[in-house]
Amino acid sequence: MNGGGKIALYLGLAVAALLVPQVPFLQPYLIQFAFLWVMILFAMTWDVMGGQMGYNSFGNIVFFGVGMYATAVVQRDLYFTVEEYANVAGGEQAALTPAEYLTGLALGMGIGGMLAVLIAAVLGSGILGLRGHYFAICTLGLGIAAGELASGWDYIGAGSGLVTPLLPDALGERGPFFYYVFLVLAVITFLVLKRLYAGQFGLAINAIRDDEDKADALGLHATRYKTVAWCVSGFFLALAGGVFGNLVIFIDPTDVAFAGPTFGVWMVLMAILGGKGTLWGPVIGATVFHLTQEFFWTYLFGWQRVALGLLIVVVVVFFPLGIVGWLRERWPQRFGEMVDEDARRVQVSLEGER
Amino acid sequence: MGNLEILIQAPIFSVQLLIDGLLVGSIFALAAYGMALLWGVMNIINISQGDYVILGGYVTLTLYNAGIHPLFGVPVAAVVLFFVGWAIYRVVIFRVVDRDLFISILATFGISILLQQLMDQIFGADIQSAESGLGTLFLFDDRVTVGQIKLVALAVVIVVSVSLVLFFKRSRMGQAIRATAQNARAARLMGINTDRVYAMTFAMNAAICGAAGALVVMTWVIQPFIGLAYTIRSFMIVVVAGLGNIAGVVAAALGLGAAEQFAAFLLGAEFQIGFVFGLLVVILLVRNMNLKRQRRVLK
Repeated sequence: MNGGGKIALYLGLAVAALLVPQVPFLQPYLIQFAFLWVMILFAMTWDVMGGQMGYNSFGNIVFFGVGMYATAVVQRDLYFTVEEYANVAGGEQAALTPAEYLTGLALGMGIGGMLAVLIAAVLGSGILGLRGHYFAICTLGLGIAAGELASGWDYIGAGSGLVTPLLPDALGERGPFFYYVFLVLAVITFLVLKRLYAGQFGLAINAIRDDEDKADALGLHATRYKTVAWCVSGFFLALAGGVFGNLVIFIDPTDVAFAGPTFGVWMVLMAILGGKGTLWGPVIGATVFHLTQEFFWTYLFGWQRVALGLLIVVVVVFFPLGIVGWLRERWPQRFGEMVDEDARRVQVSLEGER
Repeated sequence: MGNLEILIQAPIFSVQLLIDGLLVGSIFALAAYGMALLWGVMNIINISQGDYVILGGYVTLTLYNAGIHPLFGVPVAAVVLFFVGWAIYRVVIFRVVDRDLFISILATFGISILLQQLMDQIFGADIQSAESGLGTLFLFDDRVTVGQIKLVALAVVIVVSVSLVLFFKRSRMGQAIRATAQNARAARLMGINTDRVYAMTFAMNAAICGAAGALVVMTWVIQPFIGLAYTIRSFMIVVVAGLGNIAGVVAAALGLGAAEQFAAFLLGAEFQIGFVFGLLVVILLVRNMNLKRQRRVLK
């Protein structure tokens, strides 16, 4: 794609995304559209580890939950004492002025993001010295352990969950507000990741994916890069979690915050479906998945999670390149790769003989 | 930690915990042995390992509900799981065997979710167990109780392990499997059908897990989503013991079983699963520190 077309595409997407809340017949589905941005965030942050670096992380949901709880606790403790809040949560809802609400949200997201980076740095510097499979199984346990811990910790509401403050009326409806917040968050994440992948950092983590031993031998501080990548992934996921808690209002420790069987699995599937290790892959995968999900929930009556497992197996085994990866293999020129036609023809004929 | 005082004042309780832990640990050893087998022969980390255990438990439970004594479930679950494993290999695993670890981990992760959700749909999410009808032994003036079924389970574990060791030492297939583990390419050149060896290995692993699951459902409880804990336990045991070290696997499994019982008693039973996962993280961190120290020596 040439420069002009690219700019036009980006502009078109931006305008379309900004206009969605203005279209009358889409108004009732704005929360669904906000969810779409969350899904895209999930897939993009998973792809930093799983796609670009080749490290399966089955526990990224931890950061989502940490961010959500941190934000909710900050919002709670900033303007209320615990007893007040308990009374309010029991009967009428807590009322905040818009300024108070936004300050609490921003502060909470900041603290949640920091906390996620801290956890990723401490755990990562320990675990990421080991190779992929140790990391994969460790993160698998981490997600569950976090859920168990949150269900047993009274300060954050234990098993009965935590209620976040309601959006003040002055900030408008829930739909458009959270739509725009998540849109901004997703766009910022996309641009940051695009910048990171284009630079030295992207080359480094791609080198780790392709051959870690060689990268290490060439003087790359592999563990350091891996840890930073996990921090980046965790940071944006924690921010998303903070806002998500406010969107759903009620935080359940295992069904919303550390929802391994749903969000935790989806993020892996969406990234692979769209094409792991590509910039647009996770975005496209998440969009396709979220739009088709409506079908899954309605027509499968409880079997949708079985279908989900099946889908992962099918995509991983038969379609590991994903949508964008497949397109890229089909039309490499479109993705800015130089193609030597003669060499390609030779290669294709060789492959045919095998 | 209030229970610590009980342990100090009545040391007999620790004997009870130790016996329980060792007996449970012997079942872990089976699942872990299967995982080490797969890891060593096919270089696959099987995330769905624990789900085969639970599936074996459900096979036994189905027999039990049909009025058959659950002990018959051990061979039946092993046979059923053997074919399940064979089918899974033929459909999915053979496509990922020689690809990188990244793909095989994701594929077994998908299988794990598939099995979990299938069991949830078919058998329900309730915690269930099968009553063996055997009595209880009383030791040390009735202060330590041991369910006889746990002793039977230990006997089954010993029988299965000994026959596995004999199988690998003596039989043609066992030798072929060991040869493939050493060098798959050389084995192929010597005329070994490695594809069949892989299928056999995968099916045998599932069968071992199935037998372990039958023992779990008699001595403990099963639930569709608890399989992951067995995967983590197996992985932990193999990491501590090292590949191809049967004595190490047994020792680590017994140790893990005992540690878990003590942790559950001291911290409360609701933190037992949390303890397992926490221990995994600690073991991996310690391992990384050790490796780092060695690397520094090399420099």
